[in-house]
Amino acid sequence: MAKKVALLQGNEASAYGALYAGCRFFGGYPITPSTEVAEVMAVELPKVGGKFIQMEDEIGAMASILGASLTGAKVLTASSGPGMSLKQELIGYACIAEIPCVIVNVMRGGPSTGMPTGPSQSDIMQARWGTHGDHPTIALVPASCQEIFTETVRAFNLAEIYRMPVQVLLDEINGHMRERIELPEPGELEVLDRAAPSVPPEQYLPFDPSVGDVPPLAAFGSGYRFHVTGLNKAPDGFPTTRAELVDAEERRQLRKIEAARDLIEKNEEYLLDDAEVAVIAFGTISRSARHAVNALREQGIKAGLFRPITLWPFPERRVAELAKQVKGMLVPEMNLGQLVLEVERVVKGACSVSSLTRVDGEPITPDQIMEQIREVC
Amino acid sequence: MAFNYEQYLRPGKLPHIWCPGCGHGIVLKGLLRAMDACHLDKDRTAVVSGIGCASRLPGYVDFNTLHTAHGRAAAFATGIKLARPEMTVLVVGGDGDGVAIGGNHFIHACRRNIDMTYVLCNNYIYGMTGGQFSPCTPMGDKASTTPYGNPDPTFDIAKLAIGAGATFVARTTAFHATQIDKLIAEGIRHKGMSVIEVLDDCPTAFGRRNKFRSVVEMMKRFKETAVPAATAAKMSAEELQGKIVTGILHREERPEYCEQYQQVIDRARGA
Repeated sequence: MAKKVALLQGNEASAYGALYAGCRFFGGYPITPSTEVAEVMAVELPKVGGKFIQMEDEIGAMASILGASLTGAKVLTASSGPGMSLKQELIGYACIAEIPCVIVNVMRGGPSTGMPTGPSQSDIMQARWGTHGDHPTIALVPASCQEIFTETVRAFNLAEIYRMPVQVLLDEINGHMRERIELPEPGELEVLDRAAPSVPPEQYLPFDPSVGDVPPLAAFGSGYRFHVTGLNKAPDGFPTTRAELVDAEERRQLRKIEAARDLIEKNEEYLLDDAEVAVIAFGTISRSARHAVNALREQGIKAGLFRPITLWPFPERRVAELAKQVKGMLVPEMNLGQLVLEVERVVKGACSVSSLTRVDGEPITPDQIMEQIREVC
Repeated sequence: MAFNYEQYLRPGKLPHIWCPGCGHGIVLKGLLRAMDACHLDKDRTAVVSGIGCASRLPGYVDFNTLHTAHGRAAAFATGIKLARPEMTVLVVGGDGDGVAIGGNHFIHACRRNIDMTYVLCNNYIYGMTGGQFSPCTPMGDKASTTPYGNPDPTFDIAKLAIGAGATFVARTTAFHATQIDKLIAEGIRHKGMSVIEVLDDCPTAFGRRNKFRSVVEMMKRFKETAVPAATAAKMSAEELQGKIVTGILHREERPEYCEQYQQVIDRARGA
């Protein structure tokens, strides 16, 4: 049977990916360049009995999806720029209270109002550290519209399985770019649901570390009555300041991601086997990088591309291995040098690391990448 | 027979954090009597709060309980209610939480007329952080951040709720303990957004800075300044100066938000 195909914008693809994953609640607030995600959800959710609400502000949007998620729904919000700054408060709440949710951030220039219609990759450190306090982070950085669809599905799976917020980072270019997409049939992509409690309500502890690093989350209204708070809490969900319980909870919440790196990390490696220079690029800019690598190969320069698809947790081990193989790495990014810091931290001087940045609202071109690589080599 | 509060309290979670003389305990008991009178199913009831002294209430009661972030209770509650309209949703919190940092969520929950009951304990002060003025602190009064008297005008929460579109609005005080449960029960039974403001005493952070020598004095003031709405209707604006109008202040029928959204679903499905 022929595949169902569609011409979709990246933002639309993320909305359809969310629906494929079983998203049934969207709380949003209009902001450029992410608004199309909300617009598709407003059209499609009621058709499947889901709920769409446009809230009074970005914080309210985030609050509404967390409330809905606690009733068992798979939930989504989308935002950009200053909207993402506002969402940080309750991203932290979702981390500590361990509430699954997916946030699509269509990155634009900043800080503040910045360049609302210009592309950017300058929220990647915000995605990692934006909310206060220590917390785990999962952030995915798809490059094409097809991948935006499938990675949004994966974002829901990761949110549900690890019981935490997961961010999908797009930018104004791949959010608004249109590409042909093959729409997967139901069952073709893996769709995972959060674990249900295996004990009766009277024995249920919503943060019980003895059942693993990701204790099952019951749904409000299902007969499991429990307490949720943003305070540090004991396994029963009630506030505590007992040092050993607070320490254990904080460490468990980081460990649940650290211990599952192999299941969460996802990279594409292109022409790296014999590469002497590696371009580390993600999202839209990885497309320029691939073009540059192809052109350099034609000129006899052994270049390759390492493309994180999961940006956080960062693929530390693989990048460190590559650093021992190549002479140099180039990190092109649409910001003033954020990912390069992470690469340098991981490489620890094992090879040269060069930065290529751009924040004028235009993408980094293949020519720019080629030129800088020729200088390095 | 005495009312059995224990059936709704979580075992082992008392004593509560509230100071001796604080009115929040009176509100808690009134709330439980109201919930009992409405025969609420514990499994299908959510109690949501923000941050502050009053917002600790959900931790003590045996329902689906959610202690959210400062000011955000109404927005979390909106998500619960819209996702599961069959659940009864109550919000409990203080004045700073509800109408300062949470003011935007509060007025928009009123505007939507979403079916929830918001019990707002107005004790005129930020108690948990040690007594800073709130939008409800009377002008001229003292707080740790208004050491020379409060220059800020005061919110009338009931008027704010009515203006924003809440369809059931009532007010009482911590002194009028037997009225608290009746008004909350009316609010729960009302289809739409109901707001019950309970003027509450904070002897620790508000009373001692404002020349109330005891909790009894604070209660006396509630007793002496309260005027039932029916009586107030016959009084002039001059006579009502310094009075607290109590009882049901506003009630109307207007389409409820979740029912409106069900119509959206029906239209989207071409029904």
